[in-house]
Amino acid sequence: MHERKDVVSSPCQPAANKPQLTLRFKIDEKDFLIAGESASKTKKALQQLGLKQEIVKNIAIIVYEAAMNIVIHSNHGEIKIIIAPNQVVVLSEDVGEGIPDIELAMKEGYSTAPNEVREMGFGAGMGLPNIKQCSNELDIKTTVGLGTTLRATIYLNPADTKQVETGTMYV
Amino acid sequence: MNLGQLAHLLNFEILTGDINLEKVIKGGYVSDLLSDVIANAEEDSVWITVQRHINILGVAKLKDIVGIIIPRNLHVENEIIEKAKTEGIAILRDSRSSFEIAGLVYNSLTRD
Repeated sequence: MHERKDVVSSPCQPAANKPQLTLRFKIDEKDFLIAGESASKTKKALQQLGLKQEIVKNIAIIVYEAAMNIVIHSNHGEIKIIIAPNQVVVLSEDVGEGIPDIELAMKEGYSTAPNEVREMGFGAGMGLPNIKQCSNELDIKTTVGLGTTLRATIYLNPADTKQVETGTMYV
Repeated sequence: MNLGQLAHLLNFEILTGDINLEKVIKGGYVSDLLSDVIANAEEDSVWITVQRHINILGVAKLKDIVGIIIPRNLHVENEIIEKAKTEGIAILRDSRSSFEIAGLVYNSLTRD
């Protein structure tokens, strides 16, 4: 069994008095289960914070797809969900092969996933397009042979996050 | 119509006991591509798929899917059935194809 310490979130430095909360998931290669659970746990945590259903759904999709990308295409990585009153940022950082052609990777249906993964219903070439559709801003930095950093930002109406407090959260 | 009524009406085999039988079904989705389901399935629906690995439970949970329907009497591992019970997701099975099951479920839900 995997140690569950990887799903413990941590407080992070609040910027300019803004309450901020971070959830953190470490994801290893071929660990589909933990990757899937990271999205479910994010969803649960965001629901507990009282975020709007539509926003929770979108963030859960982003986390799921980002986690699957780490599992399928990298050696290992980490996803952070940084929740502030005005926005949620999903930050996915992996060590791995990187993306040789981001424009191509953003095209729906394009995939470099291996066959055995596709047979399981992954690798449909919808991951990054799904993430883009669910984000207000998407920024991808990648170096072939080193890895990829993906930053998806979702804007919030401040009234939606009045319950957000700085601190540690167990999900 | 709830899941138990749907299963009874269409003679689906129920693999997960009482799980979710009381839950009302609002729609359905048919796909074997997980990202497609993640992007497009509606909550409180049934999902028809030939995929039977553990990750379908993660997808179902994330999308608040009430039950997964496996076509053509395909084998489902006990491990998956047990995990589905603990995650609160029903797994049903039928001898017919995805196409036929989808048609029957659609008709049942739209007449309801």
